[in-house]
Amino acid sequence: MTEQTAQTVPTASAEKQRNQWLDVWDQFKTHKGAVFGLFFLIFITLFCLAGPWIWNIDPGDLDIRNKDVRPIYTVIWDSNAKVSWARPMGTDNLGRDIMANIMQGGRISLAVGWTAMILAIVIGTAIGVTAGYFRRLDGLLMRFTDLVLALPLLPLLLVMMLLFRDPLRAAFGPEQGIFILIVTGIGITSWMQTARIVRGDVMALKEREFVLAARSIGTPARRMITRHLLPNVLSPIMVSATLGLATAIITESALSFLGLGFPSDFPTWGKILFDNVDRMTAFPERVIWPGLAISLTVLSVNYIGDGLRDALDPRIRGL
Amino acid sequence: MLTYTIRRLLLSIPTLLFIAFVIFMLLELAPGDPMANMPLSIPPEIKQKMREALGLGEPWYVRFPLWLNQFFVVEPQYWIDNTFGTNFADGAQRIISFNSRSPVFDTISERLPQTVWVVAMSYVVGVLIALPIGIISAYRQYSVFDQAGTFVSMIGFSVPPFFSGVLLIVIFSVQLKWLPSIYDTTHVVNSWDSFVFQLRQMVMPVMVLALQTTAQVSRYMRASMLDNLGQDYVRTARAKGMSESVVVMKHVLRNSMIPVITVIALGIPSIFGGAIITEQIFKVNGLGQLLIISLQASDIPMVMTITFLLAVLIVLMNLIADILYGILDPRIRYD
Repeated sequence: MTEQTAQTVPTASAEKQRNQWLDVWDQFKTHKGAVFGLFFLIFITLFCLAGPWIWNIDPGDLDIRNKDVRPIYTVIWDSNAKVSWARPMGTDNLGRDIMANIMQGGRISLAVGWTAMILAIVIGTAIGVTAGYFRRLDGLLMRFTDLVLALPLLPLLLVMMLLFRDPLRAAFGPEQGIFILIVTGIGITSWMQTARIVRGDVMALKEREFVLAARSIGTPARRMITRHLLPNVLSPIMVSATLGLATAIITESALSFLGLGFPSDFPTWGKILFDNVDRMTAFPERVIWPGLAISLTVLSVNYIGDGLRDALDPRIRGL
Repeated sequence: MLTYTIRRLLLSIPTLLFIAFVIFMLLELAPGDPMANMPLSIPPEIKQKMREALGLGEPWYVRFPLWLNQFFVVEPQYWIDNTFGTNFADGAQRIISFNSRSPVFDTISERLPQTVWVVAMSYVVGVLIALPIGIISAYRQYSVFDQAGTFVSMIGFSVPPFFSGVLLIVIFSVQLKWLPSIYDTTHVVNSWDSFVFQLRQMVMPVMVLALQTTAQVSRYMRASMLDNLGQDYVRTARAKGMSESVVVMKHVLRNSMIPVITVIALGIPSIFGGAIITEQIFKVNGLGQLLIISLQASDIPMVMTITFLLAVLIVLMNLIADILYGILDPRIRYD
């Protein structure tokens, strides 16, 4: 659907080699929110990945003498506040540095988000392509998708968290086990939309001439899917991937917030927020920083998705 | 239409059975033990007897049909008995909670009103805010209002309820001290002042849930209005000399509402899911909180029943959405 218009139109500008992705990028750049979102996502990723090298304070380090330090900006309205330039975002009730914790928490939250999203996309694409391409399996797989969609997902996810936590923890260690559990849980409860979209697009593509031509020269099903169908359903997959990343981050934080996520000495953004809810009256910054991190990351991912949807739609591109 | 409805109703029976089976097997395969909280000094053979007393002695293929029988036959019988004073149930075994040893449905019916109040109010408020936003956004596409509406709904999609709720508490309870941060469910409305108090404590939970609804419904409303505003019948209506308000509010709105109504019906189960988190923040002792407590105590019958009730709600709302779509749009024919 996207290929043809993309390749015929832009050859007119002969100064440099054009391809579809350059066009997509040009269109993407016109969406202000999306560009802002991309910059913020890169910023927060760098902040979490490279931050600990510069700000090398151990997030679990208990500096009990410097506990309950307020963030540095508190001085502006309260000159008696306990602040320190060594702790720009303050410390929590055990003296752990909040900035280091947010960096470490962001690593986990983003890692969970990306892995769970990739898992959901892989499952969803596999089921969608299979259902769309092989007519015999279509009814069965789509009934199955409908059934999974009718499951109450959040309660089931909570049940899974609670019940499989201990055996996985015993098998893979406390952190690895919970990570696997959360990623699998989110992955297998969020592939359905992708599957439906991919199936619909594959069914439409199957009726096109190039597929008929490929089949007439005897292309086997495997190569048909990898060479002809998958590249053409890439754009809806990318759009649902951004949505998937956003929901995965939110779901992980929600699980942590309900106390069913990672263990307590293992910060994620949702976990930091949950741990400090009881003290938010005296120290509102401790819930606001992680909350802002989650919200802004998800907001920027959603904007990127919005921009991608516009950029990948050939009817809008090139206007 | 009637045959379609009947067919869908019949089809939803295997769906519900499958869902019940999935939930049951998930709880069955899971290694969580309801006896884990018992003292270690209890000898193993007595522990085994206690397990049997909880109904855990039988294999799953005996207990699953038993549970189905209790849920679909015994519990409705008790319900009828309580309402009409009959005696259908005849002392049959009800679904008993492991924790409180009282029938699961008694606890659920105690908790349900709080949840339904907050959820229903927030849904109504959310939809009432979303519809005008959607209509104006579409009518003045790309205006400042439209941009602002898009931004607000983006925020509604992105800010998770546990952060918006906490933020509201920090602003309105801690800083401004306008609203109570804890929802008092024992509060009885019997005078004007108590009614005002009830309103004040409902504002924040309702707004948190309503933000999510508003974000979703206003987007659908806008898209649907935009689809219809470009149609030929709109030009015809204007050419006939109908006033702009009649064109938009009567012709376009009524046609645009068709898909939006199904979206509204489909959103009801998800707002119950959102209530799980909201109740945790505002300490409402509703169904969501009951679910979390029962989960942590491995109270399997309670978890099973609440989760399955949510599944029933989802299947029911899917059914209602499909049927409404057929009734409202005469072009859709299922037969």
